[in-house]
Amino acid sequence: MAEARALASPRRFAVPARWRGTIAWLVANRLASGALTLVIVSMVIFVITGWLPGDAAQEALGQSATPETIAALRAQYGLDKPPHIRYLHWLQGLLTGNLGQSFTANLPVTELIAGRLPKSLLLAAVTAAVSVPIALTIGILSAMWRGRALDRALNLATLSMVAVPEFLVATIAVLVFAVKLQWLPALSNAVDVSTPAQFVRTYAMPVLTLCFVVIAQMARMTRAAVIDQLSASYVEMAVLKGARPARVALRHALPNAIGPIANAVALSLSYLLGGVVIVETIFNYPGLASLMVDAVTNRDMPMVQACAMIFCFAYLLLVLIADLVAILSNPRLRHR
Amino acid sequence: MSALVEVQGLSVVVRNADGGETAIVKDVSFSIPKGRVLALIGESGSGKTTIALSLLGYARRGCRIAGGSIRIGETQVLDLDDEGLYALRGAKVSYIAQSAAAAFNPMKTIMDQVVEGAVIHGTATRAAAEAKAVELFAALALPDPKGIGARYPHQVSGGQLQRLMAAMALITDPELVVLDEPTTALDVTTQIEVLRAFKKVVRERGATAVYVSHDLAVVAQMADQILVLSDGEMREIGATDDILVRPRHAYTQSLLAAAAPQPRGEGAAKDAAALLEIRGLVAGYGRVGADGMPATRVLDDIDLTIARGRTLGVIGESGSGKTTLARVVAGLVPAARGSVLFEGQPLPTNLTERTREQFRRIQIVFQNADTVLNPAHSIARILARPLAFYHGVRGEEAAKRIARLLDLVKLPATLATRKPAELSGGQKQRVNLARALAAEPDLILCDEVTSALDTVVGAAVLDLLAELRRELGVSLMFISHDISTVRAVCDDVAVLYSGCKVDSGRRKDIAAPPFHPYADLLISSVPELRSGWLDGLPARLAVEAPAPGAGKPPPGLCTFLDRCPVRIAGLCDQVAPPRRILEGGKEILCHHTGAELEAVQVTKASGPGSRRRDETERI
Repeated sequence: MAEARALASPRRFAVPARWRGTIAWLVANRLASGALTLVIVSMVIFVITGWLPGDAAQEALGQSATPETIAALRAQYGLDKPPHIRYLHWLQGLLTGNLGQSFTANLPVTELIAGRLPKSLLLAAVTAAVSVPIALTIGILSAMWRGRALDRALNLATLSMVAVPEFLVATIAVLVFAVKLQWLPALSNAVDVSTPAQFVRTYAMPVLTLCFVVIAQMARMTRAAVIDQLSASYVEMAVLKGARPARVALRHALPNAIGPIANAVALSLSYLLGGVVIVETIFNYPGLASLMVDAVTNRDMPMVQACAMIFCFAYLLLVLIADLVAILSNPRLRHR
Repeated sequence: MSALVEVQGLSVVVRNADGGETAIVKDVSFSIPKGRVLALIGESGSGKTTIALSLLGYARRGCRIAGGSIRIGETQVLDLDDEGLYALRGAKVSYIAQSAAAAFNPMKTIMDQVVEGAVIHGTATRAAAEAKAVELFAALALPDPKGIGARYPHQVSGGQLQRLMAAMALITDPELVVLDEPTTALDVTTQIEVLRAFKKVVRERGATAVYVSHDLAVVAQMADQILVLSDGEMREIGATDDILVRPRHAYTQSLLAAAAPQPRGEGAAKDAAALLEIRGLVAGYGRVGADGMPATRVLDDIDLTIARGRTLGVIGESGSGKTTLARVVAGLVPAARGSVLFEGQPLPTNLTERTREQFRRIQIVFQNADTVLNPAHSIARILARPLAFYHGVRGEEAAKRIARLLDLVKLPATLATRKPAELSGGQKQRVNLARALAAEPDLILCDEVTSALDTVVGAAVLDLLAELRRELGVSLMFISHDISTVRAVCDDVAVLYSGCKVDSGRRKDIAAPPFHPYADLLISSVPELRSGWLDGLPARLAVEAPAPGAGKPPPGLCTFLDRCPVRIAGLCDQVAPPRRILEGGKEILCHHTGAELEAVQVTKASGPGSRRRDETERI
């Protein structure tokens, strides 16, 4: 009885007032909402993949399908159980690291992904390492010289970069560097990257192509965030203290623009994991995105679900990191 | 001896959208001898800030210094190249901005920013500059001079930030200090401490300064010379006392007249029936707790009455809860406890439970007409909406009523087709008022309606309010932080401090003591229009306001406890103050009796001119 009352009482979840509003509280809040989002996302993914037309059993059996064989295979895949049981089963597997069996390859999904994920992460990391510094430099420079020739030139350059489709950039890159100049291999299947030279030869073109896409976005968002800060009163104050433009931009405006910039970077980088199908295809790079596209064509639902979860997780993680950067860089939140 | 600063024929232009240029400062010349303070005075748009900034060789985006010369010491400012300007700004000439809250970088510690000038210009090592900053903090009467530098701007109060900015400006021992409306954003009780600190350091260091302000009374305390500006042109320049006592230019005379508002006529008889009664009101924001109380209590046990046809003035500094009071009456904030009676009938505190008729009879006029009027709608459409909503009036009849409303607020009928952006600040505030009048309300809640306006324009709006009350018999709740406006238009006055009504009475009661100690501080802090007023004040009017987040006194006790100069140890910090009714019906919330208060009060009954007391007398 007393136990029941304790359970029903809202005080059970009450948090001491002094915890509220502290930085740890904010971070815990973000983490909790991230976890909740992930659960909701998993439901959405499960429901949507259930709606996809076609049937893995039908697909696998192809011409030899008879109603009996299809039913037998469905039972083997567990497709005959009601959806919520399948969802809970899948969720349990997700939490224990068992992502199920790929319908088409007849291998554990974990195994297939383990071969691809590091390659995808590596490509994303290299692209991020190249593109973020370049994008921030372009953004800050054009903000400092806004309205002047340099700003307009950089604007033109970044705009044309986003405007050109990546398959075109990739194809032209292959044409120029692989076919005409023969500096680089046309395929980046990342089989042998043991020496730095090989590494550069393998990654140069995919990274270049991806940079074209993400730099422009990040640079433009950085420019906007810094310009926003450059019109603030404290920037005018810094100018009137005799600070030079570089000091004004880097020491005064930039720290205040870190929040929006971190978010822009997170959004751009999240694209590097799931959105790179074209680049993976053209350069025959063995990444996750092409794995997922193949899985969709083959109705290989466990694989689709696992990939979708990974992309969502990566996206949430990046946004979470951006949020944390914004919180931790802000003294108003750090020192209450 | 030649002057330290010499400005000749200065003109500044702003680029228009069509590529042309308009002069915003025209042919301004003045000179300042070393160690003197020149005030630039004028209303918004007079070019005073533009002139001040050009002393640092700086023009805001879109502006350009088009001609003239500025000499500071040996330097011809307008001939300097970029390198020369970097070396000039912050070293030879330094700047104190209007809003310290905005002018401090929120991401950096105060010390970083205070010593930055010295570090950039290499006038001192970081350690030496920090030592000097601590010295300046002490000279500016800042609390904890050694530790305050390690804080971030959001951790200190507005008045402290403004003084910290003075330290920032003085760290390099500049030849000229430019102060741009440095106290305008502060509460009047805070302003006084800041002014005193500024005056002290300016005097001690023999600094030469340019003091920009719209407030003649403030300038009278600080300046040796005054330059009056309007529309970018010089109207008059002269010694402070000459300008104040013998203004020659008509514009200066109008400024002086507006600075000391005259009482407008009284409203209905004082025994008129009560229109609005507020009883034991408690309200606030945030999550409502188990006891029904909001997390942040903004108003505590408020009792007020507004009689039909009369005006109640509500005075208090920022954060005192005066706007929340208006919002509770309007139904925008629910009351946690207490009741609001309208003509004796309880008014639902929740917006959704009020009838349209109740909405119509109580109208609110917000402070900032710029943001209240929809910029996409014409004036006619803005006024047509309440006409249709409350009275079902449309078409021809509505057009007629709109014309009448515009006439009522003394605007030409041709304005109806314009958009708010095409109107001046004063005109927008009149439209804002006309919109409230369109409902034909019995009570209008005016929330700081003249605060965003220039004095002359604001005075005209006050005249209009007084006239409307006389003609329409409407009651007003007039909320303001400015005691002289409240004195000019209100029949009854209530003083709020930190959510409590500490003092209330009739208009004449706020002209003579006894007052609640806070009301005394508030009244005695309003600068008077004569030089030497600041120097004549007692050295310490009140205890320094605690920094934000320092916490209020424990609930139940006097909210003014922390700042009260006459608090009684062992009584005020233990027992809640009683509500005393003094003779004449005045009400105060204090442990002291009326006679006790009268004896220690700074403000004296005989009016301006006799408000001097020694500190020793008070202790």
